[in-house]
Amino acid sequence: MSGVALALHQFRFDQKTFWRNPASVFFTVMLPVIFLLIFATIFGNDRIEELGGVKTTTYYVPAIISLAVVSATMQSLAISLTVDRENGLLKRTRGTPLPSRVFIAGRIGNSIIVSALMLIILAALGRVLYGVPIPWERLPAVLVTLSIGAAAFSCLGIAITAAIPSADAAAPVTNVAVLPLYFLSGVFIPESEIPNGVLHVADAFPIRHFFEAFFTAWDPSTVGAGFEWGHLAVVGIWGLAGLAIAMRTFRWTPRA
Amino acid sequence: MAEPVISVVGLRKSYGELEAVRGIDLEVGVGEIFAFLGPNGAGKTTTVEILEGYRRRTAGEVTVLGADPARVDREWRERIGIVLQESKMHPELTVRESLELFAGYYRSPREVAGTIDLTGLTEKAEDRVGRLSGGQQRRLDVALALIGDPELLFLDEPTTGFDPSARRRAWDVVASLRDLGKTVFLTTHYMEEAQALADRVAIIAHGQIVAQGPPGELAGRGDATARISFRLPAGVASADLPEKLGAAVGNGEVRLEADDPVPVLHELTAWALERRIPLTELEVRRPSLEDVYLELTAGEREEKAEE
Repeated sequence: MSGVALALHQFRFDQKTFWRNPASVFFTVMLPVIFLLIFATIFGNDRIEELGGVKTTTYYVPAIISLAVVSATMQSLAISLTVDRENGLLKRTRGTPLPSRVFIAGRIGNSIIVSALMLIILAALGRVLYGVPIPWERLPAVLVTLSIGAAAFSCLGIAITAAIPSADAAAPVTNVAVLPLYFLSGVFIPESEIPNGVLHVADAFPIRHFFEAFFTAWDPSTVGAGFEWGHLAVVGIWGLAGLAIAMRTFRWTPRA
Repeated sequence: MAEPVISVVGLRKSYGELEAVRGIDLEVGVGEIFAFLGPNGAGKTTTVEILEGYRRRTAGEVTVLGADPARVDREWRERIGIVLQESKMHPELTVRESLELFAGYYRSPREVAGTIDLTGLTEKAEDRVGRLSGGQQRRLDVALALIGDPELLFLDEPTTGFDPSARRRAWDVVASLRDLGKTVFLTTHYMEEAQALADRVAIIAHGQIVAQGPPGELAGRGDATARISFRLPAGVASADLPEKLGAAVGNGEVRLEADDPVPVLHELTAWALERRIPLTELEVRRPSLEDVYLELTAGEREEKAEE
């Protein structure tokens, strides 16, 4: 098989593994949906005056899509790769003719497909339940933002495995890395409620920039194509840093 | 003579100060089942992982299937199969799917159904891996190592943790590999396993090979002194035995030693028949592989016990 065919082969089985694992389906697929329903229910159809009178639900759709993408890429990859590493599955795969980069490409492909699916689910729920318009005219910006974000957070997820000592530690470590940032970056709480100093802290990390880019692409009051190249550049630089770390530190053999 | 499948000369591996492998030489020929025995920590897994291409060596020459495992390519990986000491497949996939996944990695894999049959997993083919017993998972490991139709298989302690009947079944699988013409490099710490399966055995202790040869001849087993033992009924004293047998008695058991046991047995049984004396528990044995192994690795085990 060629490299692409092999990556598709790997991807096909990664999909089966993903959808049959109750934890991955719950945390990656169900939880973002639940978050959207909860936040939309709590904050209703209020408007956020500081953000040009945008409806709260319109704010939360891109916020929760950002969360879902980070969850489907960075968290999901970090957890599944650590578990597979500790089970000896990575070591054994390394002993086959499958090239390492093809194996990793299959896994990243899996994460990107799940991210795209989450985009569709959350956009549809936002439209049907809360009347949040789908920004068809800014679709290129939405897809470019999704692709850059999914790729960058996938690289960060692979990089973070080096800091995870055991399979049991995988979920806690990734949650410690992202949960505070969801709060600080305005994903959980509208940024109008967050002090400026805190937002500056969040500005150092990629989640806030990714969300900003998604928000602009989704916001009905955006004028123009909706590309936030500055924010996307920060996300991209984080992704490249993650890739560099991953290439130097990624382990195929169990640590424990 | 055909090129050896594995050839190792002067292999060394150090981890900092610790020398795990201290200069070993090995050769494994085509179609051989070679057992590599030794206590835990003697350097077995280090050696096999160097041969598999997982670890770098510190010194020595290693050739496996004509290549240096420290610099191998995809082509070489097509020709070997590996059963690691510990590894689990995705619990979410079925046995068949696991094999289909791995079959896709190889250019000319074996047939999936046939490989499932060979490893005795036919009834479990549609079961999720997470629901298999330990022994069944291990047989799946062997099936996954076979799926690429390799010339050479590495089995690292394939039956550790098996109950006796599961071990027998696993032996049947390994023995069937011989019929397929595969070369097998097996590590184990079960003597019966080496005895039952291997054409040749090497024993490693303290990172060095202390004995090497066919299991029947290891460390002079073939021509070692035979021990004859039996019990005499009440009322018969060992002093009544023919004097030239040189019997020794301990715990009611009479023991004789002989380089050539045939004339000694002839003498003994003639004496017993004549007097109608039953020789209960009569036994003739040479040192077992286990005796040889325990003797050769004695220092290693004492050291371990001190740790």
